[in-house]
Amino acid sequence: MTATVPATPEALEAEGSVSGAVQGYVGRLRGGDMGALPAILGFVVLVVLFSIMRPNSFPTLLNAANLLNQSAAVIFIAMGLVFVLLLGEIDLSAGYTSGTSAAVLAVLMTQHGVAWPIAVVACLLTGIVIGTTIGLLVSMLGIPSFVVTLAAFLGLQGVLLLVIGEGGTIRIANDTILAIMNKNVPPLWGWVMFVIVVGGYAALTLSNLARRRSAGLATQAPSLVLIKIGVLAVVIALVVALLNQERAINPTIKSLKGVPIIVPFTLVFVVVLTFVLNRTGFGRHVYAVGGNAEAARRAGINVTGIKLACFMIGSTMAAIAGILFASRDNSVSPTTGGSQTLLFAVGAAVIGGTSLFGGKGRVLDAILGGLVVAVIANGLPLITQKSGIQFVVTGLVLLLAASVDAISRRRAAVAGR
Amino acid sequence: MTETRAEATTETSRPLLSLRGVNKSFGAVHVLKDVNLDAWAGQVTALVGDNGAGKSTLIKGIAGIYAFDSGTVEFDGAEVHLHNPKQANGLGIEVVYQDLALCDNLDVVQNMFLGRELKQNIVLNESTMESQASETLTGLSVRTLKSVRMKVSSLSGGQRQTVAIARAVLWNSKLVILDEPTAALGVAQTEQVLALVRRLADNGLAVILISHNMNDVFQVADNIAALYLGRMAAQVPAKDVRHSQVVELITAGRSGDIGLSPEAAREEVA
Repeated sequence: MTATVPATPEALEAEGSVSGAVQGYVGRLRGGDMGALPAILGFVVLVVLFSIMRPNSFPTLLNAANLLNQSAAVIFIAMGLVFVLLLGEIDLSAGYTSGTSAAVLAVLMTQHGVAWPIAVVACLLTGIVIGTTIGLLVSMLGIPSFVVTLAAFLGLQGVLLLVIGEGGTIRIANDTILAIMNKNVPPLWGWVMFVIVVGGYAALTLSNLARRRSAGLATQAPSLVLIKIGVLAVVIALVVALLNQERAINPTIKSLKGVPIIVPFTLVFVVVLTFVLNRTGFGRHVYAVGGNAEAARRAGINVTGIKLACFMIGSTMAAIAGILFASRDNSVSPTTGGSQTLLFAVGAAVIGGTSLFGGKGRVLDAILGGLVVAVIANGLPLITQKSGIQFVVTGLVLLLAASVDAISRRRAAVAGR
Repeated sequence: MTETRAEATTETSRPLLSLRGVNKSFGAVHVLKDVNLDAWAGQVTALVGDNGAGKSTLIKGIAGIYAFDSGTVEFDGAEVHLHNPKQANGLGIEVVYQDLALCDNLDVVQNMFLGRELKQNIVLNESTMESQASETLTGLSVRTLKSVRMKVSSLSGGQRQTVAIARAVLWNSKLVILDEPTAALGVAQTEQVLALVRRLADNGLAVILISHNMNDVFQVADNIAALYLGRMAAQVPAKDVRHSQVVELITAGRSGDIGLSPEAAREEVA
């Protein structure tokens, strides 16, 4: 029996050589575990395609920085959705949750003169209340999340209209809120961030390597770890260097350089949420409930509590996205968080590699997928003004991502993975 | 094989688990009738019986999922009242159910520690969990797993069973109950799992094995308990009975001079 056990990718990787790791990766791809590959490939192909078709307007520094701002709110909703999707559930109301929370923020600040920190807390509380309600209905009453959140999708659309009132659009004038999406980090601080991120990643992976070594456990090849750190350093250095260039059309009027503030803002959330999912008991239990809820229940995991918490995280992240929408648009309107927002967010998570079937996904997926979605949303209008074509193409991309998810799942079943 | 183990079967030593006169009804249905059952440390006790004989109910009672209506349960020399699974786990009773209850998307270590993860403050202590999982598997002489970081979805049926059993013994358990561990397995994998079951007992655990397969039962069991329509027909040393006698106990409740009295057996049919 021992001899017939197939050499698995993990087993090869465990042997700790670079070639073993590469073989293991290829094996995983063949077995249907695509990981981040479709997102990265899609991003590169789209950027090259749009750059060739619109060499004057698409591949500019101004547009690149714009892209980061455009994607941010969708990425935040998607990061929250990853928790919900990991359970095999869905939150269709996340878009309007962000709109409603943003409306609460805007109305409090503009019409009632409330200080911004209090308004932000109220905005987040709105998200938490919505998430708790959805979570309780799904986990306690057992109503399918599709139905609960579809109802919330419609209901919150109404709440958003009611909160905003007859005026239609509420302007945001607070500098702190506006800074999130409109200001940049001073160039020097961009490099400080570079050192913190790369140094932090290196310290974490190398100390982990050392700890596993001393415990006598199988480790990744040290050379592979160094290559990963190197690639990360080069990519981030390139991004920081480019964003530190002057990118204003007319710099004499208003200088534009430095990494947009939203980038470090997003990074903090990525790091914290990834830590929660990968390094805490709660995160482990989220994966367990998504993989096999009955097994999780028998292992003594509070399945109801986990579900509730994930819907709360999802809606809270949507509320933060609401702040980003308000900051980016300088206003909140009845369409904030509406139209394609939710589809973009679900698409971002799925394109990034999070499964719609539950049990598989990472917070980082939301970033990678979110950037792909943003490139499409940003590049298509430069190519065609017809919004009909834009809708069709966006719909097809989402369908493609869901197909990759379903096919890789089937391949995984066949390959016994 | 049965002969070599015969000396170990000393019925005089005190059993780890001892059920006396246990009853359980669901509404009007009297599922368990005055059942007695013993399980000794270091021995495999096979629990056999036809479908509906009450095997699952008996097991679930021991696991704390249902409380017995009446009767006494002694564990490790003290009378215990089992009301919930946590309490049974606390005593050192672990059950491996037929569907295994593993999460496919998690790896071997994550599954073995599921719900009972080791932590430093709030951070999972991965390296200690991995070492302990490896130690447990090595202790059970499991060599079929290449890496404890393999996802369960990539494991064969036998390997999954191994992981489920290893999870049950990880927690200093004293009694491990296995529900049809070989039902879904091929020949080679059945051998592998039966060898593991034998090793559990040889390591000093009490093992209760539910099985429909008489070959499996005679291969690993030290004694055999046969349930017949909710009554314990007989619990006998495996060396004292033949294959055909066990089949009679299962199907008729009696075989020659062992089993229920003729009246009792007839009464059950009526």
